Amino acid sequence: MSDKSTITLSINSHDHAIAVEPRRTLADAIREDCGQTGTHIGCEHGICGACTVIVDGEPVRSCLMFAVQADGKKIRTVEGLANGDTLHPMQQAFMDNHGLQCGFCTPGFLMLAVGVLEREPDISDDDLLDVLSSNLCRCTGYQNIIKAVRAAAKEMRGK
Amino acid sequence: MTARTKGTGLKWVGRAIRRLEDPALVAGQGHFTADLPATHWVRFLRSPVAAGAIGKIAAPKGAHVVTAADLKGVKPILPMLHKFNYKPVCQPVLADGVVRFVGEAIAAVVAASEEDAEDIVDLIEVEFGDATPVVDARDALREGAPQIHAEAPGNVILEGKVKTAGFDEVWNGAHKIVAVDVRSHRQNATPMEARAAHAVYDAASGRITLTCTTQMPHLMRTAIADVLGIPESDLRVIAPDVGGGFGQKMSLCAEYVVVVWLARKLKSSVAWTEDRRENLIASFHSRDQYIALEGAFDRQAKLIALKSDIVSNVGAYSCFPTTSGVEPLMAMAEMPGPYDVQQYQCLARGVLTNTCTMAAYRGVSRPIITLTLERLMDKAAAAFAIDPVDIRRRNLIDTFPYTSATGLVYDEASYKETLEMAVEAIDVPAFRMRQKQARAQGRHLGIGFATFSERTGYGSPAFAARGMAITPGWETVILTVDPSGFVEARIGSSPHGQGLRTTLAQIIADELGVTPDLIKVIHGDTDRAPYGWGTFASRSLVISGGATLIAARKVRAKLIKIASTMLEAAPGDIVLEDGAARVAGTDRSVSIAKLAREAYTQTHRFNGEIEPGLTETGTYDPPGTFSNACHVAVVDVDVETGRVRIEKYLVAEDAGRIINPMIAEGQVHGGIAQGIGNALLEEIIYDESGGILTANLADYMPPTAREMPPVELHHMETPSTQSITKAKGLGEGGTIGAPAAVINAINDALTPFGVAIDEIPATPQRIRAALRAAGKAA
Repeated sequence: MSDKSTITLSINSHDHAIAVEPRRTLADAIREDCGQTGTHIGCEHGICGACTVIVDGEPVRSCLMFAVQADGKKIRTVEGLANGDTLHPMQQAFMDNHGLQCGFCTPGFLMLAVGVLEREPDISDDDLLDVLSSNLCRCTGYQNIIKAVRAAAKEMRGK
Repeated sequence: MTARTKGTGLKWVGRAIRRLEDPALVAGQGHFTADLPATHWVRFLRSPVAAGAIGKIAAPKGAHVVTAADLKGVKPILPMLHKFNYKPVCQPVLADGVVRFVGEAIAAVVAASEEDAEDIVDLIEVEFGDATPVVDARDALREGAPQIHAEAPGNVILEGKVKTAGFDEVWNGAHKIVAVDVRSHRQNATPMEARAAHAVYDAASGRITLTCTTQMPHLMRTAIADVLGIPESDLRVIAPDVGGGFGQKMSLCAEYVVVVWLARKLKSSVAWTEDRRENLIASFHSRDQYIALEGAFDRQAKLIALKSDIVSNVGAYSCFPTTSGVEPLMAMAEMPGPYDVQQYQCLARGVLTNTCTMAAYRGVSRPIITLTLERLMDKAAAAFAIDPVDIRRRNLIDTFPYTSATGLVYDEASYKETLEMAVEAIDVPAFRMRQKQARAQGRHLGIGFATFSERTGYGSPAFAARGMAITPGWETVILTVDPSGFVEARIGSSPHGQGLRTTLAQIIADELGVTPDLIKVIHGDTDRAPYGWGTFASRSLVISGGATLIAARKVRAKLIKIASTMLEAAPGDIVLEDGAARVAGTDRSVSIAKLAREAYTQTHRFNGEIEPGLTETGTYDPPGTFSNACHVAVVDVDVETGRVRIEKYLVAEDAGRIINPMIAEGQVHGGIAQGIGNALLEEIIYDESGGILTANLADYMPPTAREMPPVELHHMETPSTQSITKAKGLGEGGTIGAPAAVINAINDALTPFGVAIDEIPATPQRIRAALRAAGKAA
């Protein structure tokens, strides 16, 4: 199991040259090999979505992707959402609408919502609910997450 | 999002300000335990069998494997209760000679990476002796059932009994007796962050710093030091950002003891991050109960006596610090709920089985007792042919203070008022019309009510009444204004999502006349925070908030004293506002920052009348205060599939003075979601051999955004006289009310079929089975 492959993960436009075992998940590589611990791991089964990141424009569960599969692809994580000191509208909306409590699932929800809204800015409320039901939050009861994402969607469309 | 400070003279308390916690968390800059790097990684070898003697353990050559035999001098975990015929049972930190549930840790494997440790775990072979496990509490009570611990014959670890004087006479004179049997299946609190521990040895001091997912860092320090036999001063415990707890993280985890032991032995850093499967099978479980409840009513449908038999499956060991008593004793003490009933008889037993240990989970028994009592009320309403709302009107407490049959003192609340508020908001007559029309079209709508009391913010006497060897209760806050004028509150509570940094800052801001963003609330570090009990039992805002207010008033008094010297004005004429002390009605003022600087650097000017520095301590240990609410669920039950859709959910709640309405509403929302999971979805299922069939989040199903109905909240504020901030706790209410409201609604919807759903979760299978048994929806 110790044969390692050398790959380059491009995370938030920074290249990380790392050597990983083939079985290394993208989630573990992002966190441990690249030190970007904003992406969280909640289940490693692809169910809770806490580890959601954006790979080449698509939200993916980074616990279900091997790091070697992401070699050379453009990865975006929560650390890359803000523009300098200016928060992304989605981050701001989560704060404004109390869309987080413990904050553990939050990076996954942010990346899921941003990834989907960038591709589909005019998504219907009902389809958005389907999208958001792919991640788990245990604190908020989702009401404020839904409110936050709808508010951010409006803001993102306006730009 | 309205300000509720009108007439209170408060500027920050009552406002829905944004949380101070959030900027780091939305940026991915939070600090969670699993983010820390370590030299050594641990994986636990967990038992695949529910019962049996451990035979030979064969590990690959060269593997670093630690078993009970290696842990010489490490004491077992021994939680204590001094009442209720409690039988102390020991839990070795690693299984010692025998295993008692699937998932129990038998060995710790240490390697340079998690993956390597996991590979080694897979290669270890363990022999087990044959043994018959017992999984269900009623089976464990049967004559001849396997014994889980020799110390607890018949598997009964504790037995609580209550019988009020004159009970029999009242019971025998009743007009009607109504009965309900409720079965609550087992749940896992399922915080999104599973457990994790990281211990690092400091060669210079010989100390260990344990960073871990816990709700009570100081008690973890005390408990781990006790078990390892080391001075507490050699251990620092840090609870960094903690990804939810809901009670699961308030008990001592045996795994944490092993991690600290290893860090001491290896003189290095050692980490363990639990995976989801481990969390679901081997962290703490809850809610596995049978409750039989009977109510005696007079001719006017007034409840006059209650009789209950509570059987709580406590799993294989007793949890520390609350012990196995946490569920059965809570159920026994609080069964009468919000109703006026002075005669009560109860038998509450905690029963050991070959299952994962039970511990606290948000609401602790009250979701189940509320469900049971509210089912009883609906059944009684049917028996008397009166409306469910009407029977509640006739029985809710409305005189305060009220002393319950179990001796609890209820402070002023609004049981009837919140019921009426909810009834009006939901428009019951309109719903009944709609229900009738829907039934004519073959759709089955139902409405369910749940009224309940939520005991919150209770101090040490409440825990002493349970006979606990450890009586958590009080909290201490140390409040400092530093020489630059910034304010730091160090607190013993340990929030993990509740927004306490923000709400405490709001309380301080009003006392000191500064803005909340200048106030830092420091928690979760035994080296920096004063000893305290942490965050659980809807206590932190009441108790830590009270201690904060006490400390802030002292600091305020001192600031005013210094200002009166500097401004040469009477203390009574000085107001603190907008970051300054001002002589009322004048433009003479001095900034708080300047006052603070003087307090440290110009003490010679105080003529020895003012102590140097600007630090004050507040400690608070209140008796407890009762929040209350009425929940209403409207459901649509598909009788063909058994699927339940919650159309609407409405809450009328009263938690006293609300410090931050946005945060309060968030707590209610989150609680309701967990209650809905409890009512419809979540169940830890054991097979007969004690294996767990629900070991991932696809099989154990917390609700998603799809299952959550829109929630409509209505508020009342009955300021508490038992809490100096006038605030009551509200962290558990949502979870407490939701199962009862949802299950009553399902039963209302199914009235035409003559079935009773008294088992949670009410899965489609259970609803279909009940309908099939009734023979009306085959």
